[in-house]
Amino acid sequence: MDKRKIFISPVTRIEGHANITLELDENGNVSDALFHVNEFRGFEKFCEGRMYTEMPTITPRICGICPTSHTLASVKACEMIQGIQPTYTANLLRRLMHIGQNLSSHALSFFHLSAPDFLLGYDGDPVKRNILGIAEKYPDIALRGIRLRKFGQELSERITGKKIHIMGIVPGGMAYALTEDNRKALLEWIPEATETVQKAIEIIKRFHEEHADMVNSFAPSPTLYLGTVGPNGEHELYDGKLRFIDADGTILQDQLAPSEYLNYIAERSVEWSYLKYPYYKPLGFEKGFYRVGPLARLNVASRMKTPLAQKEFENFKSMSGGKPVHGAFFYHYTRLIEALSDVEDAARILQDPMVTSTRIQHHGRWNYEEGIGSSEAPRGTLFHHYKTDETGKLLNVNLLIATGQNNPSMNRSVLEVAQQYVKGGDVKEGMLNRVESTIRCYDPCLSCSTHALGQMPMLIRFVDKSGTLVKELQRG
Amino acid sequence: MAKKKLATVWLGGCSGCHMSLLDIDERILDVAKLADIVKSPIVDGKELPEVDIALVEGSVTSDEHLREILHIRHQAKTLIALGDCAVMTNVTGMRNYFPLKEVFETSYVNAISNDSEGKVPNHPSLLKLNDKVVPLQEVVTVDFVLPGCPPDADTIFYVLFEFLNDRVPDLSKVKKLKYG
Ligand code: SF4
Repeated sequence: MDKRKIFISPVTRIEGHANITLELDENGNVSDALFHVNEFRGFEKFCEGRMYTEMPTITPRICGICPTSHTLASVKACEMIQGIQPTYTANLLRRLMHIGQNLSSHALSFFHLSAPDFLLGYDGDPVKRNILGIAEKYPDIALRGIRLRKFGQELSERITGKKIHIMGIVPGGMAYALTEDNRKALLEWIPEATETVQKAIEIIKRFHEEHADMVNSFAPSPTLYLGTVGPNGEHELYDGKLRFIDADGTILQDQLAPSEYLNYIAERSVEWSYLKYPYYKPLGFEKGFYRVGPLARLNVASRMKTPLAQKEFENFKSMSGGKPVHGAFFYHYTRLIEALSDVEDAARILQDPMVTSTRIQHHGRWNYEEGIGSSEAPRGTLFHHYKTDETGKLLNVNLLIATGQNNPSMNRSVLEVAQQYVKGGDVKEGMLNRVESTIRCYDPCLSCSTHALGQMPMLIRFVDKSGTLVKELQRG
Repeated sequence: MAKKKLATVWLGGCSGCHMSLLDIDERILDVAKLADIVKSPIVDGKELPEVDIALVEGSVTSDEHLREILHIRHQAKTLIALGDCAVMTNVTGMRNYFPLKEVFETSYVNAISNDSEGKVPNHPSLLKLNDKVVPLQEVVTVDFVLPGCPPDADTIFYVLFEFLNDRVPDLSKVKKLKYG
């Protein structure tokens, strides 16, 4: 069989941390796609032998975009080891910081990375297709996006003095309290932030209307979904229980404690990627592929916690008659609905009279050998699992990272798009862009595993069986 | 003054240094007045052209990083090591205490969530990890070192702004300079 391969990689190869190989069948149609995630840092090994209490400061360095989610999962694992709970106020402060991170990450994803496509066009000048290009054409929108991200970062800074890799979240609570001045300063952001998110929602809805065909045909494969929910099935980011649903929306598992994750999730290492393939264990590899992140969280949730977000949520639900929405493009919309809920929730917490209390930490010590913690990173559920000896030294560390869980679906989405755009060995115009933007829907925080932030320059190589270059297509 | 060319590059790091760079917020528009950002994870990139300033985050962990940093050194007039990973490997270098094979096996074979059918990654399209992670100055000459994990945004902005105005930054003036 004349099995040819198309290899997609960032132009320089050297910046590229995600490549794609497309395998063609004898008719020149795409038979398989391999999404190569190209980075590995080995946290699970090098944390062995360290004290478990170091983990909340080491593990945020897995990722500079979602460090707080790692800290939270980590600190919860530590709290399970100590057998203690954070104070009420500490929970409020952690929630604020977690909301802040979610908001700044979603703002980055929307305004800096994706909006250039929506506002300047998928076929716009690549030199301008970035946040600075938006700043030239739509200065108000660019500035709003930059400032929304800033507000998110400030939520951490005004509590702990640092925006990235914050140090103040400790087992049992927080090391810093919120001052009254900082509380007020944060509250002042709320009207502007609300308006900005609403404007972003307008942009995405307009895009949905004007490009309905593309939006709906975008990698629509059904999968299972996993997300965290509150006690009544409400949307939750910081602290809740897990819910799995199937592609029709039937609840497969509900109110699972994160500590049970090993009963429901397994993962498989594959030769072609440094990122593993997790799946829902009862259904096995492939059938059990599931997605996480904003789309998953809204698909699993029964409702949102705040009024404006709830209204958008109802609109989202109505798009598919209450069933899960599968199209990868709707990650963008759900990200913004979450951003709206973030702002509303931040306002609610900032008005809680207990938020400035200085009862912020319970003190504990090592009590149990094992701890498991989870949280919802911007890109989905993540788990930290530690085993220690009786001195608290780590014997074993297992980390299940949010983006990893979308890996099988990113791979499949790439395959679907490639099958649409490569026929008889020819690549249709727009293929590079579409593959890229498919990946971008998932907003893959590949720094948790690799680095494909933003818009990847791409090169497609047609290579024949012997590895000889047949043809080269380059974008830009 | 002619507009400068600026590149920001991400090697073996967590992206936190890039996020801190974005934390200069609105001041990115001031940077854009003085320089074109010709290569960065946040813009549509091309081949790295000759640039006046390259900010490099992360350590050198693999064959690809090594190729890239040599290329950057060739293309950049001023190469700035941005953050602790670039300066002294930091968390990225913590795997240096263990044989690479063990590091791989812990994640890809022995992890408790793994099923039994996995394979250790090994594919021609994947970068090859070096046995040891090294900081930038071990393989190229670095013109300016900016520590921090990450360096805070005001410091990054100060350093960048000085270079963009053809001045050499004076780190003794910086408030929050520190490792970690
Ligand atoms: S120095 Fe810190 S913030 Fe920068 S890349 Fe390394 S771990 Fe991330």
